[in-house]
Amino acid sequence: MARTGPAERPLSPHLQIYKPSVTMMMSILHRITGAALFFGTLLLVVALLALASGKTSYATVQAIYGSFLGKLVLFGYTWALFHHMFGGIRHFVWDTAAGLERETRFKLAWATLVGSLGLTVVVWFFYLMG
Amino acid sequence: MKNNAHSIRTPMSRVRGLGSTKSGTDHFWKSRVTAVANVILTVPFVIIVMMLAKADYAGAMKIVGHPLAALLLMAFVTSAAIHMRLGMQVIIEDYVHSEGTKIVLLMLNTFFAVAVGLASAYAILRIGFAG
Repeated sequence: MARTGPAERPLSPHLQIYKPSVTMMMSILHRITGAALFFGTLLLVVALLALASGKTSYATVQAIYGSFLGKLVLFGYTWALFHHMFGGIRHFVWDTAAGLERETRFKLAWATLVGSLGLTVVVWFFYLMG
Repeated sequence: MKNNAHSIRTPMSRVRGLGSTKSGTDHFWKSRVTAVANVILTVPFVIIVMMLAKADYAGAMKIVGHPLAALLLMAFVTSAAIHMRLGMQVIIEDYVHSEGTKIVLLMLNTFFAVAVGLASAYAILRIGFAG
């Protein structure tokens, strides 16, 4: 990076300088899933407003949400919800100053991912089979 | 107390304990309280949505119109709206450095969260009272 300005002082390195780790990925995913859920609440708002508006509008929403693309988005929403939830529970543990050791951090990070994917599959299994 | 003898902080600011941003741990604490509520309320939320996925219009009206489901849904949406406003605020503050844009986005963030909460509550109440 050729800097033309006066800032020749050491600058703090950004993400690309570090070797990717699972804890880093889970931290990034926590923010991404959080932002996704922010806009994802619109799915709930639209469905509730449609249901409150009457039979015709609810049928439209059901058709859109029930389509392949709709189900794909809802599957993504389910995973984002559970991933952000497990990530949040991990933060509760850290808030007590526990689980910050290297090994525990990595275990918690993997548990977040496995837990969120697992619970998403379980919920959708019950939906598709039930 | 020995260090404080030479501090330029007033005794009042020390007692208030709100630090340089003047809001103390308020943001952190509210995000945790709503996070705990969200974890608890996610359970009935997911159950209700799974029931809705299998229901027709009349069935959906019955499910959401049930007092317990309506209250749990409204609690979930309220807690989620507050939580997501706090979270998006941090994202905006982290990435948007232009003061004007930041203030506009922070306002829009609040408007969006309030709109989500109000629209959901209105819909749930209307469904509940329709029955």
